[in-house]
Amino acid sequence: MKAPSPAPSRAGAFSPRRLGALIRKESIQIVRDPSSILIALILPVVLLFLFGYAVSLDSTRLRLGVVLEERTVDSESLLAALRDSKYFLVTPGASRREAEADLTAGRTRGLVVVPVNFSRYLLSGGTEGAPLQVIADGSEPNTANFVQNYVRAAVGGWQQARLLERGILVPPARVDLQPRMWFNPSLESKNFLVPGSIAIVMTLIGTLLTALVVAREWERGTMEALMATPVSIQELVLGKLVPYFTLGMGSMLFCTLVATLVFGVPLRGSVVALALVTAVFLVSALGLGLLLSTLAKSQFMAGQVALVIGFLPAFQLSGFIFEISAMPRWIQAITFLFPARWFVQSLQTLFLAGDVPAVLWRDGAILVGFAVLFVFLTSRVTRKKL
Amino acid sequence: MSDSAVLVEMRGLTKRFGPGRPALDRLDARILGGTITGLAGPDGAGKTTLLRMIAGLLDPTEGELRVLGVDPREDAEEIHARAGYMPQRFGLYEDLSVQQNLDLYADLRGVLGEERRETFGRLLGFTDWARFTDRRAGALSGGMKQKLGLACALISKPELLLLDEPGVGVDPISRRDLWRMVEDLVKDGVGVVWSTAYLDEAEQCETVIVLNEGRPVFCGPPGELTGRVRGRAWAVPVEHGRRRALSKALQSEEVLDGVVQGHRLRLVLRGKARDRWDASEAGLEGKAEAAEPRFEDAFIDALGGPPRGPSRIAEAMRQVPPDDHPVIEAQDLTKRFGDFAATDGVSFTVPRGEIFGLLGPNGAGKSTTFKMLCGLLRPTSGRALVTGLDLEHSGSEARSRLGYMAQKFSLYGDLSVRQNLEFFAGIYGLPRARQKPAVDGMLDVFALRDQADEASGGLPLGFKQRLSMAAALMHEPDVLFLDEPTSGVDPLTRREFWKHINGLVEKGVTVLVTTHFMDEAEYCDRIGLVYRGKLIALGPPDELKAKARTDKNESPTMEDAFIHLVQAWDREQGGDRKEGKP
Repeated sequence: MKAPSPAPSRAGAFSPRRLGALIRKESIQIVRDPSSILIALILPVVLLFLFGYAVSLDSTRLRLGVVLEERTVDSESLLAALRDSKYFLVTPGASRREAEADLTAGRTRGLVVVPVNFSRYLLSGGTEGAPLQVIADGSEPNTANFVQNYVRAAVGGWQQARLLERGILVPPARVDLQPRMWFNPSLESKNFLVPGSIAIVMTLIGTLLTALVVAREWERGTMEALMATPVSIQELVLGKLVPYFTLGMGSMLFCTLVATLVFGVPLRGSVVALALVTAVFLVSALGLGLLLSTLAKSQFMAGQVALVIGFLPAFQLSGFIFEISAMPRWIQAITFLFPARWFVQSLQTLFLAGDVPAVLWRDGAILVGFAVLFVFLTSRVTRKKL
Repeated sequence: MSDSAVLVEMRGLTKRFGPGRPALDRLDARILGGTITGLAGPDGAGKTTLLRMIAGLLDPTEGELRVLGVDPREDAEEIHARAGYMPQRFGLYEDLSVQQNLDLYADLRGVLGEERRETFGRLLGFTDWARFTDRRAGALSGGMKQKLGLACALISKPELLLLDEPGVGVDPISRRDLWRMVEDLVKDGVGVVWSTAYLDEAEQCETVIVLNEGRPVFCGPPGELTGRVRGRAWAVPVEHGRRRALSKALQSEEVLDGVVQGHRLRLVLRGKARDRWDASEAGLEGKAEAAEPRFEDAFIDALGGPPRGPSRIAEAMRQVPPDDHPVIEAQDLTKRFGDFAATDGVSFTVPRGEIFGLLGPNGAGKSTTFKMLCGLLRPTSGRALVTGLDLEHSGSEARSRLGYMAQKFSLYGDLSVRQNLEFFAGIYGLPRARQKPAVDGMLDVFALRDQADEASGGLPLGFKQRLSMAAALMHEPDVLFLDEPTSGVDPLTRREFWKHINGLVEKGVTVLVTTHFMDEAEYCDRIGLVYRGKLIALGPPDELKAKARTDKNESPTMEDAFIHLVQAWDREQGGDRKEGKP
């Protein structure tokens, strides 16, 4: 019986060379695997493009039908005022019936009817005021609201101008409302959608891609071969973390450049803060991905689970599209459990507001917590056993 | 170095994965240095479980296990550092080149500098693959992948080498290469465990552990087991009606087991060895000659022999009327994928009531040819006719007369055995009144009644294969296409399958079969050898074997014939296409 030879690199002890070999292997695979390039570089462009141009939650230029049932100086000037509004694309209608058909068919979003005797009522200046019918397409409540409010604003403006024209002094209003939007003064939705979609891309790279590649190693039997070598668990976990972390940070740099240079999203915070927050989030996403793939050893399972507990929450519960404060309270409570929520908040702060220490410190600390938790769980759950 | 160092010691070793039969049941065995230990048994016998336990990747449930002096439950890392393990599924990174794979495992095992150069030189010397080092592992042939996988396991010379079915999916030539690589190690005192579902492969090992359904059947030198059937194996020449003669012989009390082997019957007798045997005792006319006992004979003997009695499926089958026209006809069949011809101008005909075997290494075009013949794949050019019908034009009519059994289990795993059979009775268009008796009949014939209401996905492989065959025979087809029907199946179930096939052929059914087992090729009336998309040899097994006869080897086996024919073809093509060989 031979005495156990003193192996040069005993397992258990950390070996930089083994880690290097694993990282090199993984990097070659990333470069050769089209799906990783797709997720890291192509997908961000598609998402940014989608949210930057195609999907917009703003409603500039609503199509509005206007029917003048009497043609007077007053009604014509009201029509002109509506036309001047930058919110409407006015389609004048010959008759109410025709205009209503347009609305029903969805060709217009709202309808303003100036009735017969409109001018007379105006002149009489009675307490009732002149009747003006505004019909909006209630099947899209959001848009309907816009129609109501914008018409009200346009008519209000028109009324003031009309009174001024005639030299009538406007009675001083008791409250003068002057709305001002902070951080996103032009109220462009792309400014908060684009940072949010960066969070989606990071989640995909960190959780989905990682879960898939580890599950693939199980499916192809390479994991079994690796486990029979002196590789240690730390080396295995780091060997996956490092390459995909690098890929994620590279993708982040790329996303930021596209967002600021192509889409004109402002970056008011510092690059250092952005890099730090991203790094911490990425580690938590990678940790989750590794954890999932250790539990689900087929690509199909890992993909499904990663979508349900990684990607979908990042999409729907992170405040990326749906405002968290508008959710029912118990769903709001659930959002606290997903790292993406804190990351989206940090990103929106960094891009739109700047380095706000109060927000960034808190979100950063929470993300660090998630990262530590997931990586810890992964190294606990991963064993060199089948 | 002492050759007989005990590397692995097992006592009462048991592994359970849940209630029911243990995956491995109370194994007592030792594995010695300087020898190749064969680990033999059909799929599901517990081979992989045992190897994983030895490799320290699975913990035993009960019993004692010491590997290289340590208990894998306590110090698996010690084993990972000193033993090499090649899992069944290669364990190669297909995106990485051959060289990158070797580099990775060399780094992981700490083989550096001069030692590394030497090792690579030695490993690359085994085959002519030095020029493939830049090729991606995924683009290699099955045999090359297996050799590379073995090379990766050999990088730091292990004290113990565990190989999980290295011969699977590998043609006989590559298998000999693999064997040579391992034999070199054994000379240096390394202990090798070579697991295999092929008993002829196990027979070449110095010692062998034979498992069946988790139970150890035999541990020791294969010669010892084979010795038990010495003097009991006899060959009887039969001119006509070999299959009828075989089924008659098998009814004799004296005969334990028998197969068709070319123009002879090969029988194993019960009881004790004899010097002479009169074949007329088993109702045969020819003169019996003593045959070399085989390991498989002994294995079947150890398991108590195959089930007796004639094939009931064949008895129930109607007689197919004789017919002079060919039943299966391949006319210049060609299938191209891009500029690669998977099947290249293959032509042959199969008359009624014949068993025709397609033989060839993996990736040779065997499956492509097979799929075109049963209408699953459209030929690029040429025609495939079944019972005179062109599958391209009258596909459904031709298909209603053929039964098809796929290589992989292709029934519904979530449905019960009975539901699967009912489903197939339905899609084959059996009249409602005939469906129930047909399903019941199949359950009886294939002994599936006890499992009738179990989900078929959870059944052991042998049962799954029986169910697949039952489904393929539901509509009493007169042409049967069987794609590797017995791969991974235990020898007893294999015998049962061939009993049915033989019985059906007696009733006039025509069978086209592909197989990996060289001995099964000899059950066929004629064999077509497919290599690199071409039909390179065609004829009865005896005729092909005769071509490999030399002064040194007077009675070549089917495997010898296979290697001879392939190498002769390579030499012939030699000069102009040396580069194309992956």
